[in-house]
Amino acid sequence: MKSKPYLEPFWWTLFGAGGVVSAFFLPALLFLFGLAIPLGWVEAPAYERFYELLQPLPIRGAVGMLITLSLFHWAHRFRFTLYDGLQLQLWRKPIAILCYGTALGLSFWAGYFLLNL
Amino acid sequence: MEKPTFKLYQKKMPVLWWAKRLSHLHFILRELTSLSVGFFAVVGIFYLRALSKGAEAYESFLSILQSPVMIVAHLIAFSGLLFHSVTWLNLAPKAMKLKINDYKISGGWIVAGNYVAWLLLSLWMILIFIQ
Amino acid sequence: MSERISLEVFRYNPESDTGPEFQQYEVPLRKDWVILDALNHIKDQLDGTLSYRWSCRMGVCGSCGMMVNGKPVLTCATFLEKFMPGPVRVEPLENFPVIRDLVIDMSDFLEKLKTVKPWIIREEEPEPERELLQTPSQLADYTQYSMCINCMLCYAACPIIGLEPDFVGPAAIALAQRYNLDNRDQGNKERREALNQEHGMWQCTFVGDCSVVCPKNVDPAGAIQRYKVDTASHWWKNLLLPWGTDKH
Repeated sequence: MKSKPYLEPFWWTLFGAGGVVSAFFLPALLFLFGLAIPLGWVEAPAYERFYELLQPLPIRGAVGMLITLSLFHWAHRFRFTLYDGLQLQLWRKPIAILCYGTALGLSFWAGYFLLNL
Repeated sequence: MEKPTFKLYQKKMPVLWWAKRLSHLHFILRELTSLSVGFFAVVGIFYLRALSKGAEAYESFLSILQSPVMIVAHLIAFSGLLFHSVTWLNLAPKAMKLKINDYKISGGWIVAGNYVAWLLLSLWMILIFIQ
Repeated sequence: MSERISLEVFRYNPESDTGPEFQQYEVPLRKDWVILDALNHIKDQLDGTLSYRWSCRMGVCGSCGMMVNGKPVLTCATFLEKFMPGPVRVEPLENFPVIRDLVIDMSDFLEKLKTVKPWIIREEEPEPERELLQTPSQLADYTQYSMCINCMLCYAACPIIGLEPDFVGPAAIALAQRYNLDNRDQGNKERREALNQEHGMWQCTFVGDCSVVCPKNVDPAGAIQRYKVDTASHWWKNLLLPWGTDKH
């Protein structure tokens, strides 16, 4: 009946999964790496230790998932913020491509660094 | 149904509709927390980039994070993330079937469970890095 | 009758007016009066040209919904005294085209209601020999959503309806869930086809105001989010287990 697969449930799943994961994990992580460590409240982990910590494949996978889901959560939510908040319904398609495309590109970038660690 | 032939009056949505009502302002702020989430991901990618380049790159990236601009950006992002977590965890039971077999679960317990899980996960992650 | 309160009423006559204007009326303030009583007083005593809809005056028929001081309410269930010292601004329901004064055009809403097939759909024939029994727990699964009186307050509260006039909207999607969650019904698939599309459930961004203004505690916002979860999990099942039976 439909000529192409309807992707909205797929994007929404990524948005939902990203929303859950980011709600549970992101505040503490951002506080730690963006505030506590730069401000000297917590000692920055030594390079070797940090590097070691990221060596196991499951850890790298988890970090990749966290970043990817966060990006797609942003992409989906921001897409609708642009539609509704700024009334840009006319540019529906390009906005969707821009948002999900950015998320996809950045995810690959993150994946590249994770594989080269 | 036949459309009336006389002129109907239709009000238009103002461009800044979400600024006119408190609940809408709350809504748009909640939606804008996605920028905090995206910001986190981008900073995370730059962390990985620095780590993959070596100790020197890592140290210089840490010093960039110490600049006042970055601290302020992180403060804003952090408040956005807190708002995201609170609104998301509070609304979670709305999207759930609150029943297992014939046993009804109250949404309040799910929210409480969410907060406990959030607290424990946060403490766990901080403890990994604090030693 | 000593105390009085003034009402600023939205007036629009499609035959003579180019735009709407507000007309002021002074009405007596009585403790037992609701907004609708004040409008009836205006119509009977002060100005017979005022047009508005009402019927049951007891929160059942759903026809007297209007914006009162910017909020969508049933005017038969909103006391005048609450707005002392006034004035009280009475407008037609937001997001709907206005036919005249406080009367809105609901034909679009009625079309949307039909698209979700709000009735029990049974696939297998012949008809069951006896009534289909339901346990109290099965009844509880959908009772809340069956309380809707089609008053359209949720459409007036939903900014997405204002932004995307084709969005099916809160009451219709909640009503779809009323039947989806009924164990006697087998129409999930048909309703999903109607709502898993551009103007269906995904346009909802969970503002949540629909549930706040609902006079019957239907919670359309919750109904829509649950529907999204169900539809998304169905999508993944279809993708990963395409050979699985996709009956409902």
